[in-house]
Amino acid sequence: MSEEWKFTAKDIAEKPDLFLSGHRACAGCAPATVLRLIMKATRGPTIVTEATGCMEVVSSIYPYTSWAVPWLHTAFETAAANAAGIEAALKIMRKKCKRKQEHVDVIAIAGDGGTYDIGLQALSGAVERGHDFLFVLYDNEAYMNTGIQRSGGTPHGAATTTSPAGSIVPGKVEYKKPIAEIMLAHEMPYVATASPYYWRDLIAKARKGLEVEGPAFLHVFAPCPRGWRSDAAKSIELSRLAVETCVFPLWESANGKCQLSTPSKLIALAPQKKRPVSDYLQGQGRFRHLFTPKGKKMLDEVQSRTDERWQRLLKKCQET
Amino acid sequence: MSSRGKSWKEIAPAGVCSKSSTTFLTGDWKTYLPLRDLEKCTRCLLCVIFCPDGAIHWKPEKADIEFDYSFCKGCGICANECPTKAITMKLEKE
Amino acid sequence: MKNVCKQDLMAMNGDEAVAYAVKQADVDVVAAYPITPQTIIVEKFSEYVANGEVETEFVCTESEHSALTACLAAAVTGARTFTASASAGLALMHEMLFVTSGCRAPVVMAIANRALSAPLNIHGDHSDTMAQRDSGWIQLYVENAQEAYDSIIQAFRIAEDLQVLLPAMVGLDGFTLSHSLENVNGLPDEVVKKFVGVRELPLVATHEGKNAPFKLDPEKPMTMGPIAFPDYYFEFKRQQDEAMKNALSVIQRVHDEYAELSGRSYGNGLFEAYQLDDAEVAAVCLGSTAGTMKTVVDELRQDGVKAGLLRLRTFRPLPVEELQKALSHAKAIAVMDRSLSFGGNGGAVFHEIRHVLYDAATHPFVVNYVYGLGGRDSSPKELRVIYEELQRILQTKHVEKTINYLGLRE
Repeated sequence: MSEEWKFTAKDIAEKPDLFLSGHRACAGCAPATVLRLIMKATRGPTIVTEATGCMEVVSSIYPYTSWAVPWLHTAFETAAANAAGIEAALKIMRKKCKRKQEHVDVIAIAGDGGTYDIGLQALSGAVERGHDFLFVLYDNEAYMNTGIQRSGGTPHGAATTTSPAGSIVPGKVEYKKPIAEIMLAHEMPYVATASPYYWRDLIAKARKGLEVEGPAFLHVFAPCPRGWRSDAAKSIELSRLAVETCVFPLWESANGKCQLSTPSKLIALAPQKKRPVSDYLQGQGRFRHLFTPKGKKMLDEVQSRTDERWQRLLKKCQET
Repeated sequence: MSSRGKSWKEIAPAGVCSKSSTTFLTGDWKTYLPLRDLEKCTRCLLCVIFCPDGAIHWKPEKADIEFDYSFCKGCGICANECPTKAITMKLEKE
Repeated sequence: MKNVCKQDLMAMNGDEAVAYAVKQADVDVVAAYPITPQTIIVEKFSEYVANGEVETEFVCTESEHSALTACLAAAVTGARTFTASASAGLALMHEMLFVTSGCRAPVVMAIANRALSAPLNIHGDHSDTMAQRDSGWIQLYVENAQEAYDSIIQAFRIAEDLQVLLPAMVGLDGFTLSHSLENVNGLPDEVVKKFVGVRELPLVATHEGKNAPFKLDPEKPMTMGPIAFPDYYFEFKRQQDEAMKNALSVIQRVHDEYAELSGRSYGNGLFEAYQLDDAEVAAVCLGSTAGTMKTVVDELRQDGVKAGLLRLRTFRPLPVEELQKALSHAKAIAVMDRSLSFGGNGGAVFHEIRHVLYDAATHPFVVNYVYGLGGRDSSPKELRVIYEELQRILQTKHVEKTINYLGLRE
């Protein structure tokens, strides 16, 4: 890995956008911010491939494109297989002098549906084969593009159109799949979680993911005001609250060594700073039913599962 | 639409896009408009970084930022995140 | 055929012949997943890779779906790509077959034709490829291992032709061809390499207002695989149909050029007419069955029956006008299907051939024979029944059954 890249807010602001204005994401779409920032982390020639999903659709409505880099979409479950094919072609064609002798970074981008669910097999296969690419999961916690249906990434209690908060079943009964840990279990070179409020951490991790040789997985928390029934202005704030409540802790694992990133590390060092999950949940319409007398049980479940997962992470990062 | 636009003989194959979305203006989506108090603004650039639409630009030659209202969708993230509360959202009609 | 080059005579099964052709064709990326009866292709190719005999990136994917996807992505990155599959594997690729043709990625794929489940059956029939006939892929069906070798080499040229730019599949009958040892003449490596050449890319206009070679290239960024609404989608599909039409002449041209080189030809490249010119009763079939059918035709001819055969090599694009011309003088025609369109009144080949003949002024009788499903053998004696029935139809001017099942226990 090369020397650590240092950058200021000005550097980021001055670097031209590679994910361009004029895309048709909803107002306040955090995934759009995430993609802009990920593209600010690029270090040279880059090819992007995307799974079907919100960000794919809003950025490539023919004849318009929001991509200043070469970009390919093929299907929903194929982001990692696309990256595998692109990387294999680049490698052999360079070797055979059919392409320029320069390194080209490959980024695969998918939402939670294209990662946790339908895209998991292709992702697992591509990582096992060791292709050199960065997989970015922008996690807005449901199938938003088709109208807010639950996915393996939807959290416990959240109301979606296929897990509505009914009189008997109070939203999604199951828990969010620990996807980053599943990827970590692949013993891949780099796995990290990130949140756009901590933009510096997000960009630095995306850069590390590009620099590492072999596959890298970056799980980015990406609030969706439309699907979460939250205020469009609060998308970045929610991405902070998720970290402060330990609902979405920030950590990274480079070559098997797992460590908390600064915002979560500070909470580990000063546990009194850990905020209750309700601080994060109450601004979102999808959790509204948790704040009724009947919802109390579920709210407690969210808190206790969050605490359990946080403790497990602390152990993994040897913070206890 | 069937009578307008290019024929199948004129367009590139496989849906290769022919226009940049920077020619597709999304500014008319907004109801609220961000307005900045120049006194309060510290040019910290957080609004430039957080804007989902890349609609706030840092202009090094002016050492200042500039809103691009032709793309701003009026989400209010800039106002919400501004550490000095220099940005307020106003109804566009006003 | 004065310029026919010296060739190596080898004993190979169909799968090995395919792998050998791929080895010679300067393929950049092979991505594949094992499935009977295709597996020998990837096994053999793996040996070439392991022994450093090819300059190819070989990607052993976790599924056929990813195998085709990786080939598609590699192809739009500018690479020459190959994969192989069969049956359930091809069915799993179904979604990506359409994406591959829609992205105009000239992937070449060998299919060792095999029945579809359920019940599970690993033996040969055409259910797998017939189910994909509308996927926008060129489809060639071969009669023997030699033709499998020859057709794979030709398929790269056809698929990558700038007037075509479509994926192509070459079907060889599972086990009958994939696993049976035959004599195969192989062209020298350098002759094949020269024949397939270096892949050319068309220039397309990008969103940056540039004309750039059709590939993912950071120097000239291009957006591929966007979403097209009703205002444009139809236009792209019309382009694909035109490319298919262009393929008809390209298939013939490539076939003829290859024939000059190898001394081997397969009719006009689209189909092979056997004793068809003056035939009164004729059959239409695909693949290895043609070998047996030719023997039957020879026997019938000896008995004074004007029997003929048309072996369709190119099923997609369907050579409509050429077929019309070749078949319309026959008075009774039996179309043989090694797959079934349940509830569709016969098999796919029957539907299409009857459609081709609808405009023929001669209005021949056209009947369907469904045969050989799940690898069931058809003996010369059974196949002869087809011609006997055609003769009966001619005598009585009456068709008793339009759809017939050959070799089925009733």
